[in-house]
Amino acid sequence: MSTVKTATSGHHHHAHHYESAEHEYVTSKFGTWVFLVTEIVMFGGLFVGYILFHEKFHEMFHAGSTFLNWRLGALNTVVLLFSSLTMALSIYYAQLGKKSLVLLNLYVTLACGFIFLTVKYFEYTHKFHEGLFPGALFSYDGPEAHQFSNLGMYFSFYFVMTGLHGSHVIAGMGLITWLIVRAHRGEFGPEYYTPLECTGLFWHLVDLIWIYLFPLLYLIG
Amino acid sequence: MLSSASTSSRFMPPQATEVAQNVDTLYGFLLVISLISCVLVIGGLIYFAVKYRRHTENDKTPYISHNATLEFLWSFIPFLLFMASFVWGWIVYHQLRTAPTDALEVMVRGQKWNWTFAYKNGRTSASEMFVPVGQNVRLIMGSSDVIHSFYIPAFRTKQDVVPGRYTSLWFNAEKEGDYQVFCAEYCGDQHSGMQAKIHVVSREKFEDWLGNDPYKDLPLVEVGRKVYTSRCVACHTLTDQKAVGPGWKGVFGRKEKLEGGSDITVDENYVRESILDPNAKVVLGFPRGVMPTFAGQLSEQEISGAIEFIKSLK
Amino acid sequence: MATATHDPNKNYINEKSGIWSWLTTLDHKRIGILYMISVMSFFAIGGTFAMLLRWELFSAGRNIMDAHQYNQVFTFHGAIMVFMVIIPGIPAFLGNFILPLQIGAKDVAFPRVNLMSWYCLMIGAAIAFFSLFYNGVDTGWTFYTPYSISTQNGTLLMVVGAFIIGFSSILTGLNFIVTVHKLRAPGMSFWRLPLFIWALYSTALLQILATPVLAITLLLLTAERVLGIGIFDPKLGGDPVLFQHFFWFYSHPAVYIMILPAMGVVSELIATFSHKTIFGYKAIALSSVGIAAVSFFVWGHHLFVSGQSEVAGILFSFITMLVGVPTAIKVFNWVATLYRGSMRFDSPLLFALGFIFLFTIGGVTGIILAVIGVDVHFHDTYFVVAHFHYVMVGGTLMAIMGGIYYWFPKMFGRMVNEFWARISFVLIFVGFNVTFFPQFILGAMGMPRRYYDYLPEYQSLNRISSVGAWTIGTGFLVGLFVIIHGMRKGVKAGPNPWGGKTLEWQTASPPPHENFHVQPVVTAGPYEYR
Repeated sequence: MSTVKTATSGHHHHAHHYESAEHEYVTSKFGTWVFLVTEIVMFGGLFVGYILFHEKFHEMFHAGSTFLNWRLGALNTVVLLFSSLTMALSIYYAQLGKKSLVLLNLYVTLACGFIFLTVKYFEYTHKFHEGLFPGALFSYDGPEAHQFSNLGMYFSFYFVMTGLHGSHVIAGMGLITWLIVRAHRGEFGPEYYTPLECTGLFWHLVDLIWIYLFPLLYLIG
Repeated sequence: MLSSASTSSRFMPPQATEVAQNVDTLYGFLLVISLISCVLVIGGLIYFAVKYRRHTENDKTPYISHNATLEFLWSFIPFLLFMASFVWGWIVYHQLRTAPTDALEVMVRGQKWNWTFAYKNGRTSASEMFVPVGQNVRLIMGSSDVIHSFYIPAFRTKQDVVPGRYTSLWFNAEKEGDYQVFCAEYCGDQHSGMQAKIHVVSREKFEDWLGNDPYKDLPLVEVGRKVYTSRCVACHTLTDQKAVGPGWKGVFGRKEKLEGGSDITVDENYVRESILDPNAKVVLGFPRGVMPTFAGQLSEQEISGAIEFIKSLK
Repeated sequence: MATATHDPNKNYINEKSGIWSWLTTLDHKRIGILYMISVMSFFAIGGTFAMLLRWELFSAGRNIMDAHQYNQVFTFHGAIMVFMVIIPGIPAFLGNFILPLQIGAKDVAFPRVNLMSWYCLMIGAAIAFFSLFYNGVDTGWTFYTPYSISTQNGTLLMVVGAFIIGFSSILTGLNFIVTVHKLRAPGMSFWRLPLFIWALYSTALLQILATPVLAITLLLLTAERVLGIGIFDPKLGGDPVLFQHFFWFYSHPAVYIMILPAMGVVSELIATFSHKTIFGYKAIALSSVGIAAVSFFVWGHHLFVSGQSEVAGILFSFITMLVGVPTAIKVFNWVATLYRGSMRFDSPLLFALGFIFLFTIGGVTGIILAVIGVDVHFHDTYFVVAHFHYVMVGGTLMAIMGGIYYWFPKMFGRMVNEFWARISFVLIFVGFNVTFFPQFILGAMGMPRRYYDYLPEYQSLNRISSVGAWTIGTGFLVGLFVIIHGMRKGVKAGPNPWGGKTLEWQTASPPPHENFHVQPVVTAGPYEYR
């Protein structure tokens, strides 16, 4: 009695405790949605903290946001939005049974993840270089640092929020890599694309969170 | 039950304020209601359990799925009782939190692990405060390190003392006496030792105390002893036994090994530095960062007194 | 992939053998047993710490440890009991075993996730225990800032451990929600779900909606300690009280994560052992959901004296009162079920009745604490300690014990020794009241909690309390003996030794790997004793 999925070429045996592959599909999708709810609640805690301190130190947050390069943020927004499109396309082509297009779209999605992280890497190192560290480690010595006693707190939020988001991007890229391996083996097809669907939902959420982070950190200030 | 609430008894601390009486009256009401509810529920439970015990394995039980009237009643009646308790609690809380404007204001500072008090005329005291009987008193409280909580059981009031902001609390003690103060928010090793006394005295006695230089005509070593009993006793013994910090007997003049490996002799300068900047040189075997600084809290006279007192403990 | 023939001697226990088959199992029943072993071990450790605490408090002044050790012992007692015993106790252990059986499913929706959540608990616990080698932890299980930022190094490990254990709880909740929605047997509508399932479902909602807030709170606390981000640190413009808001936004619903499943167990026990349909099924079911919903809006009653505004205090006091109503409804419904029932006083029923007894006292004292004008005096005193032990120990642990004895024949195919099971009940019940009732009085007298040393006038009540604690300890040792003896030497049990009506009693004891040889079809409610 095993739940190992012995699948060949798009033909999928569902796990023993489900009635059918369809039953497994809707259940997995429902489970993914529930998981996304927990993610939203977790990020929600951070957003609440951000809102409270933004209210309290309005001008300090504004000063902090001027250190960010909104063009780089906008570039990353576009990259992530595009990757959401290719993620969705990979599912679409799986439903049509076009293996090569599934793979192409997954590779593009993965590449977008890399571009996003590369841009973030340059943003981070630039801030480290200037001494724009979170909280107690803050060592920037420009005029703004003297105007506000706790400018480091802005960067606490910046690094914690983008850091947690970045770790989700990395997790999503891990999942996409796993999908690529399975797609190469030809496991996905019109009858079975549950992992694509579920990973896709996760990837869209990561995208969505960035769409909130971008204006909150780069634009509103 | 009510009698235990309306008069002070072994089961409650003394009632030293009018608000305390109001709190106790409400508490008495809640106890009576609670007792009645417990008797009904637990009594019913035991009665049914005994009466309807199984006689044969084939006992037939009636099929009773619900009863709308009954269910409404046992939802609605508790609801009314809860609301009554809530409103009454609100009224009492409002009294507890609304300080009269004519109150005598005293600044209170919590620091691991003692309380200090500062009056408007510059009089300060540690681990004890004096207030006149029948006087509205408002405490404006801050903390130098972690969260503490100023709790006076006899006044039925407490308030957390938070670093980075002021919180306040008021009372009007109606009876002379010495009342216990606890720290009620966990704050580390000597949390249970972080106590103080509020001495409620007549107005003359209070004025006397307020105008009095506590160290007048005292030899330096006695000043040090007073500093010790109010500020240092939580962590230092007068024997050579280690508590949180080192015991003071024989410590002066001793050679100690420091954390970094170097040696130091405990002299006047080292004691002074340890009082003002405790983490500068920590003796091996003692935790770093536990002793708070007393810079700005002890006068030069008090520091010299403390040094003199340590010297005297051979 | 059901096999065509059923070997009646094969069940989930003997189907495979070897320790590896247990550590890699995807069977919800085996995972339930893994949880049982872990939770019982953690309970033994946490309980030992409790015994040491009561020993130290037997007399004023130093008895067996210094203040610093005492603070570590109460921190570990609290953290172990909350995060590793009471939270996983009923959902992850009893729930894992029973939930799929009661709804007629072959397993939970995501068996791999289920196993992963057990490993999260074990890894998190290992990390938390590892902090003992790094100067330990002395923050209390609540990790209040700024104390938790400034104190020793071990705190970080404990916080990371709790973070990982949190994921165990989230994953279990996720699994249960999906399982209840998608894997019910044909005919098992929501209004035919056993009340234990309703309770687990409500609990799961709390687990997925509240625990992520704990995760982010502990993450921020970790960042605070490692990077000094300053969000909770007044020196950097942060707010230490905000931590309390975040923490209790999780931890108050967590209180209901602890008690709701216990209420579910009690509903099952009351119905089965009085052989009568439960009174007010819908009221009990919906009150579980109601309690879960309201519990998100009462966290501020932990901050009545923290310096929050008067308006906030009053509002939280009001909402807290509202939780009392569905809770009272449950208690009344249980008692009404007993009316004209046919009660057999086996040990599970004794624990259920003990639960109602103790929970009622815990409940009314909870109302006293919710009255804000009175709470100012009782806040952070032994009154609070007594109150939550009446609810958590008198409530949840009584239900766990009752649940173990009730489902024991289903789990192991054997009966426990009834005589010794009753002895364990008497010791725990009596010991419990002797321990914690005096603490109400201590609290009213003004003794603050987390005190290493106390004034001489508190000593006599503390002594009574300590003697009671050792009695409880003995009771649980007897209970452990009953369980181990039952597993090895208990009398063989049939499929339905108690005459239960829910689905788990319709299959063999112990159940086969896939729970039912024939897919059950449900045609009636769960407590049809006609």
